[in-house]
Amino acid sequence: MQSLKLTRKEPLSPRITRFRFEHPEGAPLPIFAGGAHVMVQMQDGAVLRRNAYSLISDPADRSGYEIAVQREDQGRGGSRWMHEQAQPGMVMTIGAPVNLFALNLTAKRHLLIAGGVGITPFLAQVRDLGRIGAPYELHHAIRSAAEAVPLPDGARLHVSDQGSRMDLDAILSGQPLGTHLYVCGSDRMIRAVLDAARGLGWPADALHSEEFLAPAPGEPFAVHCARSHKTLTVGAHQSLLEALEAAGIDAPWLCRGGACGQCETDVIACDGTIDHHDHWLDPDEQAHKIMPCVSRFRGQLLTIDR
Amino acid sequence: MTLTFNKESFRGDYSYHNSPAAIRRFPFPFDRDEYMYSVNMEPHKGGRDGSVFQRRFDVDEHYVAEMEDRAITLARDPMRCQSLPHMRLAGWDLLELIMVSKSEDYPDLFQLTRDGDRWRWVNKPLGIDDTFTFLDDATLPHGPMEYITRQTQGDFAVLDQREGNLWMDAGMITSQADWSLDFDIGMNFFEWHAPVPRAAEMGIFQRALKFLMNVQVDTPARRLNWTMTVNPRLDTSPETYPEWGPEKRSLTPDNIGEKQYLRVELQTFWRLPRSNGLAFPIRCYLCSLQDIVTVPKWGRRLHRVIRDLPDDLATYKGFLVNKPLIVDYLARFDDGAPTSPGIWPD
Repeated sequence: MQSLKLTRKEPLSPRITRFRFEHPEGAPLPIFAGGAHVMVQMQDGAVLRRNAYSLISDPADRSGYEIAVQREDQGRGGSRWMHEQAQPGMVMTIGAPVNLFALNLTAKRHLLIAGGVGITPFLAQVRDLGRIGAPYELHHAIRSAAEAVPLPDGARLHVSDQGSRMDLDAILSGQPLGTHLYVCGSDRMIRAVLDAARGLGWPADALHSEEFLAPAPGEPFAVHCARSHKTLTVGAHQSLLEALEAAGIDAPWLCRGGACGQCETDVIACDGTIDHHDHWLDPDEQAHKIMPCVSRFRGQLLTIDR
Repeated sequence: MTLTFNKESFRGDYSYHNSPAAIRRFPFPFDRDEYMYSVNMEPHKGGRDGSVFQRRFDVDEHYVAEMEDRAITLARDPMRCQSLPHMRLAGWDLLELIMVSKSEDYPDLFQLTRDGDRWRWVNKPLGIDDTFTFLDDATLPHGPMEYITRQTQGDFAVLDQREGNLWMDAGMITSQADWSLDFDIGMNFFEWHAPVPRAAEMGIFQRALKFLMNVQVDTPARRLNWTMTVNPRLDTSPETYPEWGPEKRSLTPDNIGEKQYLRVELQTFWRLPRSNGLAFPIRCYLCSLQDIVTVPKWGRRLHRVIRDLPDDLATYKGFLVNKPLIVDYLARFDDGAPTSPGIWPD
């Protein structure tokens, strides 16, 4: 984690705001590869929030990092805090870039499909693609013109309430062999795109998706941490990972969104049902492991190896 | 810091030698009196002053001679250096990482001046002063990975990360412990480790792969690995086995202290920021048994480790045939006294 200064805050659309962070002394920031995200730490009253946001600025531009945040009024409060409380001049704690959605550089061609705010990783990736001279195609699907954000040259905009809804079959069936598909957006949108691609015979290795999960709220539950000899209650709007941290129990993490696998935790006893929300565990692992960043428990007591 | 570079060879008359200071800083790999595989990773964030862990890419008294040896090997067999087409960007990543690290860590030896994409690189020990355009291959005499690894000690595997795996898609491999880049190129992590006994059953590779895929730009990692080599030879490759394999049979009780070397690899792991690849430098350090035993703790411990090593591991490491000779020699330096924990001399 590093302390960076919020130097600019400007709206890209009614709900999406761009934030720019720079080193307080103007030192150059580490280079990253498009698709990387950073963890943004927010002290929201007594609650410490950590949200992951894709970097949207040019990965080779070391003068600053930019992210775009969509305001989620029904969310847990991180995006609201960014929109309302974060102000230029503030020094905030930002993690080093982590990439779980990298381009596959063996691809002959890159097809990038974004839904709504899912455009963010692609804004950085098209800079990399331009630099290495790789052919690509970027599509941005939104519901209404109010969701539009400035797009790079050559990007195709699809606005469903203006009748220019994205024709997935046409886009996916017209690609040459060796094309890799990347999709970022809502869970529903990702499923629709991947299903269509599979239906057209795209190889599984050529399909890439990224969905950041926010920890889903749920009923409070009790968890016993066997190694630390502590029993905690996870609040309705708290994740298990956050409850561990609040109790001073160390658990590693990178994405806090069920994708990176860092916080994987062994389940020692489970008197109830685990609601697995992650994209990490295989079905056969779900019986004895949990991802505390996004998954919850219903029942009497969950005992974990932390 | 002043470094004097040895005039020495790693073939022919094998004039390679360690100064007393080089012996003291040798990365002795055993922190206890026994050995078994483990994912013995630790952060690569410096280390004791003067140790091989202190700087990001260690430069020592063997630098110039090692680079001369690499040039000889490459002239005989250009396939020791390969880079699949999609690894071009990773090659530039590696060049940038090494140039930035060396110029910061050894400002007396290496200098990097950057004016936008126009870079000037000065390597004083090798007498190089080149100006080139970053990301423009045509402005360098070799590809970026080959260019910089002809100037950096140690082998370099440059791995692509995709499909939840790591792929051996580029490398400069001229000082290897009997494995072949030309054979392994394009393989994934499990494929190129397939010959290693026991480790797969122990679940080592699953854990190691998971760890490596999560190495981040600001968290390089390292581990030590080891084997035994007769004569101080860097190029112990399958391609040249007819040259060095028979030398294993040249050991006698009289010459073993001088001819048998403990070969230690300092392996480091670096996330490459532009390509999201992983650089895997494998730096080789060689120390003869007679030099090892000048550190009494190391002499005692090495005897116990080799004596108790299972035969399948000694076979994999290629010295089962000489194990009895080695144990007999080292036994003379083991008085049975307890050893202190950790790798450092007392």
